[in-house]
Amino acid sequence: MDNLKDNDTKTIIKVDDLQTSFFTHKGEVKAVDGVHFDVPAGKTLGIVGESGSGKSITALSIMRLIEAPGRVKGGSITFNGEDLLAKSEAEMRRIRGNKISMIFQEPMTSLNPVYTIGDQIAESYQIHQGLSKKQALEKALGMLELVGIPSPKARLKAYPHELSGGMRQRAMIAIALACNPELLIADEPTTALDVTIQAQILGLVNDLQKDLGMSMLLITHDLGVVAETCDYVAVMYAGKIVEYADVNTLFANPKHPYTVGLLKSLPRHDIDQEELEVIRGMVPRPDDLPNGCRFAPRCPFAREMCVERLPDLEDQGDGNQVRCWIHTDQWDGPEVNVRDDYGYSESTQS
Amino acid sequence: MAETTVNVSTEEKKRVNPQMENFKNVWRKLRQNYLAMAGGILIVLFMIIAIIGPWITTGDPLAPNVADRLEGPSSQYWFGTDHHGRDIFTRIIHGMSITLYIGFLSVFVGMIFGVVFGIVSGYYGGRIDAVIMRTMDVLLAFPGILLALGIVAVLGGSINNVIIAISIFSIPVFARIVRGSTLSVRKLEYVDAVRALGASDFRIIFRHILPNIMSPIIVQATLRIATAVLTASGLSFLGLGAQPPTPEWGAMLAAGRNYMWEHPHIALFPGLAIVLVVLAFNLFGDGVRDALDPKLKS
Amino acid sequence: MFIYTVRRLIQTIPVMIGVTLVVFLMMHLIPGDPAQIIAGESANEQQVEQTRERLGLNDPLPVQYGTFVGNAVTGDLGNSIRSGRAVTDEIGARFWVTVELAFYSTLLSIFIGLIAGIVSATRRNSPLDMIIMITALFGLSMPNFWLGLMLIQYFALNIEWLPVSGWGTPQSIILPVITLGTAGAAIIARMTRSSMLEVIHQDYIRTARAKGVKERYVVYKHALRNALIPVVTVVGLQFGVLLGGAVLTETVFAINGLGRLVVEAIGQRDFPIVQGAVLILALMFVFVNFIVDISYRFLNKRIDLD
Repeated sequence: MDNLKDNDTKTIIKVDDLQTSFFTHKGEVKAVDGVHFDVPAGKTLGIVGESGSGKSITALSIMRLIEAPGRVKGGSITFNGEDLLAKSEAEMRRIRGNKISMIFQEPMTSLNPVYTIGDQIAESYQIHQGLSKKQALEKALGMLELVGIPSPKARLKAYPHELSGGMRQRAMIAIALACNPELLIADEPTTALDVTIQAQILGLVNDLQKDLGMSMLLITHDLGVVAETCDYVAVMYAGKIVEYADVNTLFANPKHPYTVGLLKSLPRHDIDQEELEVIRGMVPRPDDLPNGCRFAPRCPFAREMCVERLPDLEDQGDGNQVRCWIHTDQWDGPEVNVRDDYGYSESTQS
Repeated sequence: MAETTVNVSTEEKKRVNPQMENFKNVWRKLRQNYLAMAGGILIVLFMIIAIIGPWITTGDPLAPNVADRLEGPSSQYWFGTDHHGRDIFTRIIHGMSITLYIGFLSVFVGMIFGVVFGIVSGYYGGRIDAVIMRTMDVLLAFPGILLALGIVAVLGGSINNVIIAISIFSIPVFARIVRGSTLSVRKLEYVDAVRALGASDFRIIFRHILPNIMSPIIVQATLRIATAVLTASGLSFLGLGAQPPTPEWGAMLAAGRNYMWEHPHIALFPGLAIVLVVLAFNLFGDGVRDALDPKLKS
Repeated sequence: MFIYTVRRLIQTIPVMIGVTLVVFLMMHLIPGDPAQIIAGESANEQQVEQTRERLGLNDPLPVQYGTFVGNAVTGDLGNSIRSGRAVTDEIGARFWVTVELAFYSTLLSIFIGLIAGIVSATRRNSPLDMIIMITALFGLSMPNFWLGLMLIQYFALNIEWLPVSGWGTPQSIILPVITLGTAGAAIIARMTRSSMLEVIHQDYIRTARAKGVKERYVVYKHALRNALIPVVTVVGLQFGVLLGGAVLTETVFAINGLGRLVVEAIGQRDFPIVQGAVLILALMFVFVNFIVDISYRFLNKRIDLD
């Protein structure tokens, strides 16, 4: 655990045993089930998983933007030493867009079509800094310059539909960073964009994070993005964290079969690949979770114990925390080296 | 916001037997919608009344009975009597078949023409599309009841002319919706594929396009009956539809106007009858629309 | 925007041609001889022949249509059979009454409809939402002439607050405007509600919340403006229904507007008046739809304003 944190940096946000459920007429659906992690100041934590793993719900839980029938059921979210779950809605509003900001996956639909880009950025200043419209628009202009939108003066008066996807995402970033937040939550910020634009946006977010000294929570399904951006990684599967490590450790020595499976599905430059591998099967639906290890149905090493009992997230002593029976004393099968036996050769890409 | 997983199994089922599966689905949704079911049950009830009503009511809906003029509701005359001493309840029951006859027939005729125009327009496009749709635009330019009013003015006031007028008045509404749906179905790749296999236009239209555009047609037809009943009663109220002594509800309101201030029951009950019938079709139509496609909005 | 306006204006031309054509043909579709109808039922052979000559009814139909449009453009819609006065004079006096009635009723239906729709949407599934939606359903299921009769019965006769009929004084316009505006209010309320509910789940609403925008502003600034876009179209269509409904409302309240004029003229077989009034009402609707389309484009930024 010590390796996960630099001792001289403080923790910006600490999530402990977070449980978020949706209460439908069919019963409770546990979308996030006992997640914990923390983000040190100025660092980036990546949350990785396939869609349906609960990573976006985790992000929205931190923002307290879970809508009915969903609800944060338990756990704590500590931001700068204060419990966000205990805050009133009004207090929460002063934090959103100010201390904690969020950018979303879909730049095409995340901007309000009837207001200009300038208005939408300026709104943050008007809400959080009490600036007049005119002052706010001046600062908005500065933000557009900062996020590298060409001819920012003209763009200030543009409507979202007049901008390309990449430009819209830049505008979204400008909105999110307007008030200089301490934590930026980026939910799949590049997924909806063209590959060439992805790299630009990712680079921009990276640079701004360093320049502004923000902490970042990056949500993605793409370990390639994690390798380029993150300091720490939490791999989520079906509402639970299955592996948690710093980025070098994770890429060098992945322990959970799911992590290895994700790594295997990455395109590689260092070796010849016949074809990209994918993990067989699908993420279980949150309303129909297996009793034991949730990855067991798709895991090549799964044994009876995996199907029956859910393992804990255990510290491996080498900077890794893993939720897998293979890495416990109780493992009753033959010795497995997950990385090698799953056919993943170490790469140097991280 | 919630990450959605594609539910493969239901997708596949739809492919197996889309129409049957769809029908079951719609029926299940409709049954859960209490308001829609209430509307549907009322419609069935009204149809039963229209058919057997004349046999279960005693008394003649047309014969005057001067002795009992303008009596209030009582155990003998549930809804009271009108200025000719006729039992209003009996007249309303007899009027049910007229109302439903006008509603169903006018919408049916309007629907047939509208669907034909819409499909031809959407399927063939080009000049014929332009001609049909500009004609429909012209018909739609006559606001509300006014087109029907003009037609009745030309043809003269009678129940059959009201049906003709409302049919014409309904055509453009169907034509527009059907044309839009046809265009979107026509764009689907499988229609091109079927054509490449040598299917005739006729076959493509009946086998592939029509089944795919039934939903909006059914929804529109149901809601349109409500409009038709309102329009017909309005025309009769203006003296341009059913003529006295026909027990049509709008005509009853018109005939009773001079007496209603002293005897409110004369206007109350025929009006309530119209409201109930229109309400039933609106309730049912809303429910069918929600069940068929939540995205369809009139 | 200017180019769009011009283009949209040009689009109304075929519709206007069509409308004038239909109105023109009305006279020829009536069973019987137009000259006999116009000259009056009591006219003798010679008078009918004179009428035919005077109105050019011997000309080929296209020529007659040309004359009809040419005259209409210069403000000549013929003469009333009953009064002998120019149709434009007969209509002119009543035109503004109907415009006023339609205008106030539209205002009322927009005002009530929007408020009810927004309240319903923001308190979705609450008892208040149910009450509003059921009321709206009744509102659009009620024949407006019957509603008018019931309102007169209660407010004018039972409690004697308002006049039974007429138009002009502030008190006299209340009941007709409620009568005519109710159905529109109901439809606008339903449309606003469903549009709001659709918009409130859009991504940009979540963006606004993530920005720290107060819920009130999320609803009234970010959601409402988007939700109103489809409502505008409904308001336009509703205006047409309302113009038609004016015929009934004016009849119930004995208001001397265009609608009542049409009904009276039909009863008296005064077809030049019917023609003129129907033409004016239709053109009014075409004009309003033109305005609505322009404002729709103006509100909806997503459509390119080329």
